[in-house]
Amino acid sequence: MTLVTDPARAGGHRAWGRPETTPFLDVDALLADRDLHIVICCGSGGVGKTSASAALAVRAAEQGRRVVVLTIDPARRLAQSLGIEQLDNTPRPVAGIDTSAGGSLEAMMLDMKRTFDDVVLAHASPEKAEQILGNPFYQALSTSFSGTQEYMAMEKLGQLSAELGLDRGAGRRARWDLIVVDTPPSRSALDFLDAPEHLSSLLDGRLLRLLLNPSRGPLRFMSAGLAVVTSAMSRVLGAQVLSDVQTFVAAFETLFGGFRQRAEATLANLASPHTTFLVVATPERDALREATFFVERLADEGLPLAGVVVNRLHGSAVALSAERAWAMAEDLPEDGLEALALRAHATRMHLVERNQEAVRRFCATVPGLALTTVPALPGDVTALDDLRTVGELLAARDG
Amino acid sequence: MPEPLHTLHVVSGKGGTGKTTVAGALAMALATGGRRVLLCEVEGRQGLAELFGVPPLQGDEERRLVRTPDGGEVRGLSINARDALMEYLATFYRLGLAGRALDKFGVYDFATSIAPGLRDVLLTGKVYEAVRRRTRGRPHSYDAVVLDAPPTGRIAPFLNVHEAVAGLARVGPIHSQADSIMQVLRSRRTVVHLVTLLQDMPVTETLEAVEELGPTGIAVGAVVCNMVTPTPLTPEALAAVPAEPRLDVPGLDEADDAALAAEFADELAALREEHACYQRLVPAGRPLVELPHDPAGIDRAALLTLARALREQLPEEVA
Repeated sequence: MTLVTDPARAGGHRAWGRPETTPFLDVDALLADRDLHIVICCGSGGVGKTSASAALAVRAAEQGRRVVVLTIDPARRLAQSLGIEQLDNTPRPVAGIDTSAGGSLEAMMLDMKRTFDDVVLAHASPEKAEQILGNPFYQALSTSFSGTQEYMAMEKLGQLSAELGLDRGAGRRARWDLIVVDTPPSRSALDFLDAPEHLSSLLDGRLLRLLLNPSRGPLRFMSAGLAVVTSAMSRVLGAQVLSDVQTFVAAFETLFGGFRQRAEATLANLASPHTTFLVVATPERDALREATFFVERLADEGLPLAGVVVNRLHGSAVALSAERAWAMAEDLPEDGLEALALRAHATRMHLVERNQEAVRRFCATVPGLALTTVPALPGDVTALDDLRTVGELLAARDG
Repeated sequence: MPEPLHTLHVVSGKGGTGKTTVAGALAMALATGGRRVLLCEVEGRQGLAELFGVPPLQGDEERRLVRTPDGGEVRGLSINARDALMEYLATFYRLGLAGRALDKFGVYDFATSIAPGLRDVLLTGKVYEAVRRRTRGRPHSYDAVVLDAPPTGRIAPFLNVHEAVAGLARVGPIHSQADSIMQVLRSRRTVVHLVTLLQDMPVTETLEAVEELGPTGIAVGAVVCNMVTPTPLTPEALAAVPAEPRLDVPGLDEADDAALAAEFADELAALREEHACYQRLVPAGRPLVELPHDPAGIDRAALLTLARALREQLPEEVA
């Protein structure tokens, strides 16, 4: 009896993963497009965004692009492979990259607090900056506010893309020509788009405007209201806290314009033809549902989407159905290696079917959207060679 | 029915390890023999509603999520810092008009977003209130409260509210509230369980969380290894299997045997990797629980199976 062991179909998960009617996401064609300068990898937590973006960056660099990859929270061993264990908020060259095609790779890990501090230092007078940096409200905002990481990832992306020199025209060779961005780990892929807005609206809220300029604008009629508010706040929080808030707000005044402008500029940049989003998901119901929300949201915002990467898709090179494997195992001694292997295969085949079904349903909800799959690999993705393997699998049309 | 060993179970874990699922299963495991258990979430994600397949939990309703087969019930509460602040102010201050003005000017949003530690003290404060109902003989009291807490990276600062509000309030009602919360968290009645996967990163974070919780005086309970690959092989049997097994399955030709063997070798390598991760957790000295991966996904039946596994493996905790 001969099962499928045709090498062309070994790891045939690829062909199984993407339904025939779903277009293939050609990652190599994407990376070869010299007009593409920013790739943003989004997805819900735990889908392998960081390793996917690192793998893309390595592949692009070895194909001749000058790449910088912005990672958010890489696993320690992956960070070691990229040479970015220390968090210094500056891109560093990655050792061991094949530069024969003329490319290069730099990597950095986002330091949220430092990025925020730098914004403050760059846009406020030294005296005001000092006031802000020492303020307890600023410290809470810059370290633990839930939207700060996303906002700072955008901010850093803005800084990195300024170095692309797109607005300076041709003639000057920029330090890099492709930025690959990994997005912060959050339960929802949408957080990357929502959080900066959340932070802006907080810093731009009525309270702050009122505290800043109670006597100006339409709000001047509300100054009676202000008195009520401040007296209530000082009763509850104490005078010290209230004065901290006021110092914070006053010191932040100069920055508000800058924050809004930069957030808008970065968003406008993202809507340009130089940018594309990739949605990363695993072939499970929850991750794919998140991916669907994200795809819809990008369409609403007019943001460009290249396609979806389905990561960790289970497959098998042994075309033996779960049922057959179980039946064959029945006839063998229970604790023999053969029976164990057949049962393990049967379990795997169930998982393969479930993965396929999840992907099929997802593709039906987003018809026409391009997709590529990466098979589940044994072991963690940590070394540069692992990243090369993932890159190859990302780019491969068939297993 | 005796009281559970702990009345407040805090469940944390690295993102993606399934801490909400484990919190749900633990609540069900505790809800035996007519017990009432409250399951709380604090991140406003409606993870509990999703897990139990019920409509979103709103406001301060403590709606029933599930009645367990052995006569207990689990109720759910989605705690929201903004509502908690309003409730807190209404309880301790008569703000009246000023309260509405605060809302109108976005003070609540501002305060709960960036006032250092305030958010955490408000969230834990609601949990504290639910725990205290029983000792005070108040209505709607619970035999146990399970908290689906923030992830391991934030758990120590989240629970260490005393430290957190230090910068905000040195005296006054917020400070004394933090004192009372801390007292309950450090008491014999409270325990923190950590959920992990048997993978490098989650195990590292779990060990770090155990370290970080040490100085807070809050007890660490079990380490729950979630989504463990089920295998009939004991660790000893696994060690005895060669890394590259050769197979001879009747009915398969040589090439198919080789392909099956290669696949089996990968499975074995993954199992060995999981086992190595498990071994790294042993020195932490916490009871280790293993919950099997359910490829069918999590529904109520799966939750019941997990609850049963928790009861078997943590008999003292959830008997």
